[in-house]
Amino acid sequence: MSTPPRATPAERIELAHGAGGRRMTELIDGLFKRHLSNAWLERGEDSAVLARPDGRIAATTDGYVIDPLVFPGGDIGSLAVHGTINDLAMAGARPFALTAGFILEEGLALAELDRIVASMAAAAVAAGVAVVGGDTKVVERGKGDGVFITTTGVGEIPPGVELGVERIAVGDVVVVSGTVGDHGVAVMSRRAGIAFETEIVSDSAPLHELVARMLQRVPGLHALRDPTRGGLAATLNEIAVARGVGITLRADRLPVRDGVNAACELLGLDPLHVANEGKLVAFCPPDAAEALLAAMRAHPLGRDAAVAGTVAAGPPGLVELETGFGGRRVVDWLAGDQLPRIC
Amino acid sequence: MKYVDEFRDGRLARVVRAQLEAEVEPRRSYRLMEFCGGHTHAIFRYGIQDLLPAGVQMVHGPGCPVCVLPVGRLDMAIEIAQRPEVILCSYGDMLRVPGSGRRSLLKAKSEGADVRMVYSAADALALARAEPDREVVFFAIGFETTTPPTAVALRRAIDEELSNFSVFCNHVLTPAAITSILESPEAREIGTVGIDGFLGPAHVSVVIGSQPYESFAEEYRKPVVIAGFEPLDVLQSILMLVRQLNDGRACVENQYTRAVSRHGNLRAQRLVSELFERREDFEWRGLGRVPYSALRIKDRFAAFDAESRFAPAERRARENRECKCPQILRGAAKPHDCKLFGTVCVPENPIGSCMVSAEGACAAYWTYRRHETLSLKA
Repeated sequence: MSTPPRATPAERIELAHGAGGRRMTELIDGLFKRHLSNAWLERGEDSAVLARPDGRIAATTDGYVIDPLVFPGGDIGSLAVHGTINDLAMAGARPFALTAGFILEEGLALAELDRIVASMAAAAVAAGVAVVGGDTKVVERGKGDGVFITTTGVGEIPPGVELGVERIAVGDVVVVSGTVGDHGVAVMSRRAGIAFETEIVSDSAPLHELVARMLQRVPGLHALRDPTRGGLAATLNEIAVARGVGITLRADRLPVRDGVNAACELLGLDPLHVANEGKLVAFCPPDAAEALLAAMRAHPLGRDAAVAGTVAAGPPGLVELETGFGGRRVVDWLAGDQLPRIC
Repeated sequence: MKYVDEFRDGRLARVVRAQLEAEVEPRRSYRLMEFCGGHTHAIFRYGIQDLLPAGVQMVHGPGCPVCVLPVGRLDMAIEIAQRPEVILCSYGDMLRVPGSGRRSLLKAKSEGADVRMVYSAADALALARAEPDREVVFFAIGFETTTPPTAVALRRAIDEELSNFSVFCNHVLTPAAITSILESPEAREIGTVGIDGFLGPAHVSVVIGSQPYESFAEEYRKPVVIAGFEPLDVLQSILMLVRQLNDGRACVENQYTRAVSRHGNLRAQRLVSELFERREDFEWRGLGRVPYSALRIKDRFAAFDAESRFAPAERRARENRECKCPQILRGAAKPHDCKLFGTVCVPENPIGSCMVSAEGACAAYWTYRRHETLSLKA
């Protein structure tokens, strides 16, 4: 087999790259397969054929439309890997394969796409997950925003793991794996019109190994969620409504970086509403909290884990915060997005 | 955060709370109006009501520029935005506010209008320089705090002869609105609920000083404390008002000494008066027409005034008759007194002005206290 032709950096995406002809093959072989190479992609079949795992299978899909494409701590490529892995991990699954669909806008620099796909490949390798299939479409200039990516993931849930919101009980403790709001603030700091300087980088990271450690140590864990869009506030409100319970957070226990607090202060945002891409929130019985915290803090992605609140009988459907000042307030979810397109 | 955390210290709050409890006279009621939506927001965000003795009641004023902007003015902005040559620049919290027929700037944007969210008037000016072939209109709203930045942008545009920049001016004035509340039927009628004192917005006074409030203290015998926006600022200011009322004093006191002086920022005042003049009257959502309560761009600079440049049709929109916002804004009713609150009127579908912005009283009750508020309603 001859070496596939390399895309030269000066080139840009043209409509022909999505037309099914030779240009498309050049793009797939010269760029996508070069970075994401594995046995399934090399076979070049219409479907990847995977061996059946022993356990149950978790499957999920997620679209990524973030603006800007590159942000402090990551880019749309790594985010598209981490985000889908994390959705699998929240079911207790060990992810083993991803597929990726790319919608490219005419005029996108091939060099930029190259960087994004390289970053995607590096994120997948680091997480031990293969990208086993993909698709590319090109839309006319002005009909996209550089690149949109959709990834679908499958993972195996080990026997005995039972996670779900229905298992959350009154008295459970609410544990967050680290500081909240890092991703949203990092992205906003690079957005046209509000760019500001911050040392905050996105927390975008794959959480499945942290989850495996947690489950190993505390098999009786009740539920896991990753608080992405809408932040911790949206995730907890969803759960409070779904389970008909109240959730009380304590402001003084909630880990938030100074830089995130400062940026939120400046922009009039609440860190509880700001997105995360490498954090989880866990619900577990109170007697297991200490063991869970110890397991989480022993992993680099759970170093700042903290018990941030508890589940109460009521008021049903309501999330409340004990403010550091001595009062209480409701933690609402937002009527709309604070700012569009952060993931 | 240095210089912020100090003013959110829970231990100091307990000290002030103990002082309040010791000094508030039993069986006496203290009805204190925080004029500004920023104060309302701070009170709810930090749960300050939980720290107040039973006799101290906070009444929420009309100081939220998004809330009090009449629907007709928003309709005019939408009309301007729909012109194909126009880029309308607006602060973010204005975008979702529904105008007539529930049309918002965001909706106009989805239908093709070029509406952009900006963080300052300077951003709109930069856009006008970058897009010389388009008409850039800055949708200016706000109290005395946001007027000077608009004035700076306008002054620069005039000096640069930037012919594609204009301002749709909706700047309003705090003292005029307080006068209107003090002159309202509820406040004048002896024996009905009144307001005993005011927390004045410190950010406004950084610009206008504390002096404009002196007449309220003298003529209406109402104490005023110029208060900062951090929770300890608010709590301390409440204590200062309680002390004035206990002593039978009515004067203007300045809690926010770290930035407010008696005369304010004279340079900013000069720039504003160079470019703007008072409108004879202006409609406030909830308060009705208030004399000399808003600014317009002087005729000399009409070329930079979007109202004369695009001549949008003057509109009057009718408010829902069940809505209690006018009474709530004057301190004569609470959100739970309104039939619409929490039933048809919620932040996703605001009917009245107090639900429109996060800083409005109804939005704050809904966002931070809806459980108690709905149970009071029942």
